[in-house]
Amino acid sequence: MKKLRTRKHRVVLNRSVGGDTGITIVLAILGAFMFLPMLYVVLNSLKPMDEFWIFPPRFYVVRPTLENYRNLFSLMGDSTVPFSRHIFNTVFTSVVGTFGNLMLSSMAAYALAKIPFPGHGWMFKLIRTALMFTSTVTGIANFITMSLLGWVDTYLAIIVPAFASTLGLYLMKQFMDSNVSAEVLESSRLDGASEFKTFWLIAMPMVKPAWLTLIIYCFKDLWNQGASIYIYSEQLKSLNYAISQITAGGVARAGASAAASVIMMAVPIIVFVISQSNIIETMGSSGMKD
Amino acid sequence: MAKNSASQEATRSEMTKAQWTWFQMKQHKVAYLMIAPFMILFFLFTVIPVFASFLLSFTSFNMLQMPKFLFFDNYITLFLDDDLWITALKNTLIFAAVTGPASYVLSFLVAWFINELSPKIRAIVTLIFYAPSISGNVYLIWATLFSSDSQGWVNGQLLSMGLIDAPILWFQNESYVMPLCIIVALWTSLGTAFLSFIAGLQGINVSLFEAAAVDGLKNRWQELWYVTLPSMKPQLMFGAVLSITGAFGFGGIVTALAGNPSVNYAAYTISHHLSEYGSTRWEVGYASAIAFVLFLMQIGANMAVRKLLGKLGD
Repeated sequence: MKKLRTRKHRVVLNRSVGGDTGITIVLAILGAFMFLPMLYVVLNSLKPMDEFWIFPPRFYVVRPTLENYRNLFSLMGDSTVPFSRHIFNTVFTSVVGTFGNLMLSSMAAYALAKIPFPGHGWMFKLIRTALMFTSTVTGIANFITMSLLGWVDTYLAIIVPAFASTLGLYLMKQFMDSNVSAEVLESSRLDGASEFKTFWLIAMPMVKPAWLTLIIYCFKDLWNQGASIYIYSEQLKSLNYAISQITAGGVARAGASAAASVIMMAVPIIVFVISQSNIIETMGSSGMKD
Repeated sequence: MAKNSASQEATRSEMTKAQWTWFQMKQHKVAYLMIAPFMILFFLFTVIPVFASFLLSFTSFNMLQMPKFLFFDNYITLFLDDDLWITALKNTLIFAAVTGPASYVLSFLVAWFINELSPKIRAIVTLIFYAPSISGNVYLIWATLFSSDSQGWVNGQLLSMGLIDAPILWFQNESYVMPLCIIVALWTSLGTAFLSFIAGLQGINVSLFEAAAVDGLKNRWQELWYVTLPSMKPQLMFGAVLSITGAFGFGGIVTALAGNPSVNYAAYTISHHLSEYGSTRWEVGYASAIAFVLFLMQIGANMAVRKLLGKLGD
């Protein structure tokens, strides 16, 4: 966090009071637009059933209860596949997919950033181009690939493509460019360390903020994965999908649905809160220079 | 390696370009080993699929029989004989043209507004704005807020104030469904670009602002235009790429909130059309043509915006 600082030039450049007030008001309005729906989810998850039937609907909750969370768990008990299986599916694919992405991306990012091998330029350009279109474009061809590999309806169809997601590699490479000095690596090589050793023992510890960023990006995508076109079997479906099935059903399930949303969103939000300063530090080198 | 590079310099002049490249490749063979696992998967799941879509788009293919070469038939049908595609194209373009720039400008403005707050408050405000984009399908709360019965919060308030007589079927109404989906999409769109802008603003050298003040810049708006924006060009480029990609990927939110197809196809987008032909009807050749057009649109939009941003501050 050494590089980050608050701007101290207020003294130099006068900020008009009118401007400050205007900005504060706009920010407050936008903030309310962003925050109130999130707050409403949390409040709804705490509302007892009868408070959903009051007219006009109230935003706040009068007698908060954890009933919805208990109901959610009993609803989970009714599903055909044991609910623990859906939890396992999501945790397993999220953890393995994220770990694989971290390893493969860091190794590739190191090679791209720190070894001037012929071809590194166009390879990085190609990877950067992949940021410019959505995965919708490749979905159909990927379905064919998955069928040919026999991966349809297996965990592999979810996990392996996640290994090669490009945003993490891009951020990691950019961060290594500006935070890992060539001299340090050179002296390690002169000491006789192999390139792999230099990567693992010298470069990797220097880019911890980038790891955390890559982890949260990859993890939140896998964690939030809903229905997938590659998965048919009920017992392989994700937690998000299973929860959306049991909570679909209007006002009667509004409380349980809100409780489910709170549980699902708590995980990525907590991870972000813990790693926020590292993520912002990583983003400092995210820019595209040409 | 330092020892080697001396001998490299000596031998370089004696080698042809190809020999030199080959020599370098051998020198750095470990790099290829390190990048290979990622690159193989990247080619398999991203690069090859784009080329495959391009090739399959000239065929008729149902995954069971061999593809049949059709030349431009798919594209001709797409643009001359598929009204639903025109609807999808129109909706996607409207959506991209509104959400892309709006999310981009919003991300930048909020990042800029909060830049001078104290670090603690900035962290909290960042969380408030960023949270919806990482919270999975929390946007379903908008279905509760705009529910079609009187239990929906918005309908309830409007009814009790006497502004309407009967609940409005928000997501089942042709004229409301698109604007509402756009609002929800904007709500979830302050993501990576936003964080990149925050970091970019934090990284600008303070002395630039001091120098600008000495040079006679009078207010924060001049400072924004002459100092801040030009110094953030790399982040602005990166953010633009992500905003464009996000804006064209519109579809999931509509399906979740308004169903697919949405009322009278009012919010039907290219990604819906794609899944209709790709995974419901198994007309893979036709779907590939749709996918390839979507690909070209995104790349085209990116090139245009990069060109535009390249001019910034020149």
